[in-house]
Amino acid sequence: MENFLKQSWAGLRILLALTVLLGVLYPLSVWGVSRLPGLHANAEATDTALVAVVREGDKYFVPRPSAATLPASGGSNKGELNEDYTKVIAERRAQIAQREGVSEDQVPQDAVTASASGLDPHISPEYAALQVPRVARASGLSVEKVRELVASNTHGTFTTTVNVTALNRAIDSASS
Amino acid sequence: MSPLVAGLLQVGILVAALAVVYRPLGDHMARVFQNKGHSKVELAIYRFARIDPNAEQKWSTYAYGVLGFSFVSVVFLYVIQRAQSWLPFDFGRGNVAPGMAFNTAISFVTNTNWQSYVPEAVMGHAVQMIGLTVQNFVSAAVGLAVAVALIRGFVRHQTDRLGNFWVDLTRGTIRILLPIAFVFALVLIAFGVTMSLKSGVDVDGQTIANAPVAGQEAIKELGTNGGGVLNANSAHPFENPGEWTNLIQIFLILVIPVALTRTFGRLVGQHKQGYVLLSVMGVIWAAMLAVIWGAEAGGLRPLEGKELRLGIPGSAIFADSTTGTSTGATNSLHDSYSGLGGGGTLLNMLFGEMTPGGVGTGLYSILVMAIIAMFLAGLMVGRTPEYLGKKLGRKEVTAAAVSILAMPTVLLIGAGIAAILPSTQGALNNPGAHGLSEILYAYASASNNNGSAFAGITVTNDWFQSSLGLCMLFGRFIPIIAVLALAGSLAAQKKVPVTSGTLPTTGPLFATLLTGSIVLVAALTFVPALALGPIAEALQ
Repeated sequence: MENFLKQSWAGLRILLALTVLLGVLYPLSVWGVSRLPGLHANAEATDTALVAVVREGDKYFVPRPSAATLPASGGSNKGELNEDYTKVIAERRAQIAQREGVSEDQVPQDAVTASASGLDPHISPEYAALQVPRVARASGLSVEKVRELVASNTHGTFTTTVNVTALNRAIDSASS
Repeated sequence: MSPLVAGLLQVGILVAALAVVYRPLGDHMARVFQNKGHSKVELAIYRFARIDPNAEQKWSTYAYGVLGFSFVSVVFLYVIQRAQSWLPFDFGRGNVAPGMAFNTAISFVTNTNWQSYVPEAVMGHAVQMIGLTVQNFVSAAVGLAVAVALIRGFVRHQTDRLGNFWVDLTRGTIRILLPIAFVFALVLIAFGVTMSLKSGVDVDGQTIANAPVAGQEAIKELGTNGGGVLNANSAHPFENPGEWTNLIQIFLILVIPVALTRTFGRLVGQHKQGYVLLSVMGVIWAAMLAVIWGAEAGGLRPLEGKELRLGIPGSAIFADSTTGTSTGATNSLHDSYSGLGGGGTLLNMLFGEMTPGGVGTGLYSILVMAIIAMFLAGLMVGRTPEYLGKKLGRKEVTAAAVSILAMPTVLLIGAGIAAILPSTQGALNNPGAHGLSEILYAYASASNNNGSAFAGITVTNDWFQSSLGLCMLFGRFIPIIAVLALAGSLAAQKKVPVTSGTLPTTGPLFATLLTGSIVLVAALTFVPALALGPIAEALQ
């Protein structure tokens, strides 16, 4: 016990010293360097297109469903054999099919499933293509123009995805 | 690019990157713990702590050091959470509730980083930095120190000295973790990870919580910690904005545990001894990746709980790596995985996290398992087993057995009681076999100091907060004490010369024996429990 207390006392002093180094100097140095131009916008998420934003109105592309409680992030955590959740997915599918005027089997997986963060800004090119006619109609832009905007917001090295947040901003500037 | 090609390409890039740094990092870590000199910063710390850095400790003093340091860390972390409202950058989130603060303090000190709280609603930036970030570093450094002490047990002979815990802790932190974390924090920011002292950011009229993410993110992965700065952890676009940050994070998770096999080989004076351990880790990691990836690619709704930009392969590689180490960061929801895929992540933890395991913990766990394997081999041929020139007698095998059995014991007792408590029913997010998997996963994660979750389960009642807290404590410190006792008893021995009767521990025979032992121990212990959870679900 005596040895334990002696070691704990040394431990407390080491902990305090390391807290200054790792808990104050380290994060503040990283933060300090992140003030440099080139890193600053990333660090503060200025004008970020990394997170999904639900925009009201038919002229916008719709991101994936979200189970998050904003401003916090989060997902559904529903297992694949959860029957109640299967019903939720079926409802989403019917709703999207009706909204886009297509048959239910044309609705892709990503359109009906919630992401892990609830903030996934991306949809699949298939889901984007599904939404093009509606967006064109409601925004007054031509189908070709909307397709062009989709193409310029389609990226990815290993997985090709369309960024809805950036795409909707492009729709805004093209239709205003 | 087809998902198969994309996934293989990502695995290829990852393996290539690990191969490039394997030798330099492994050799660097060996030198850090062999070197006699102290830097100025280190000397200042030793002077402040009134420690003689040149005094070596017996195994018991070394163990008291680990326990004493961890004890004051838990108290400190508890106190600052309970006093959060008086600290800056708390954004009115208030003092953390006692049960949650207790659980979180143990969780971060034991390198588990299990999170019963929603960071965006509970933790302010001050606690994240001076509390959680610090433990992200030092809990990993404790693991490193214990691994190094065990290696010294093999290398040294006829001595009762294992080194100085404070020196090993400080060096591991300052010479290994800190510089790598600093560089990668900046790299992550360059790729889009945030680092803000504000509480949130307005995006097209919608407020999204923000935090000083990058600094903690780098050490979260590098130290195989895994506690998310934000609730969605590495699925959150601010923590893991794209495909490249995803690969960088997986690389950081694996890099130290993998390179430590090189450190080990160098310190014991035979590189092959390290390579053989690496091969066993690699084979199980790859096999489990195939199971998880295959199951997810063929799942009923594989995109539920996954981020589109990270993709199914990118999620599976992350899931395999985070559960094969003691990390527990997640970039997808394991709770929404298929029966087989989710079962794979669970099984990965049940192997005892040595494929390749956490920082330090992975190496000492696999060395303990190597002792068990040599003991079994010794029984088969009727000869006293040896490993690395040391006889494995009653003391050594007992210590190894205690170390191995601690995790299953606390896991099964905890999960067993939880399963029969009436209050548990209301805590589950899914019915049937999957609900049991949620309980099993929680206790496996806590007892193995992993920290990932089948996160649908609500673990904020007093039973879960306290029982999972105790599982984390026992799962961490019983093996550590056993390993240090083992190291002490090995160091006291004479070296036994290699003879024709010595079973070589560098070839495929030993690798097979070791792999078999890892799989067999997990299978014998956990098949009944797995059959009722993930196996039942996978067969439906």
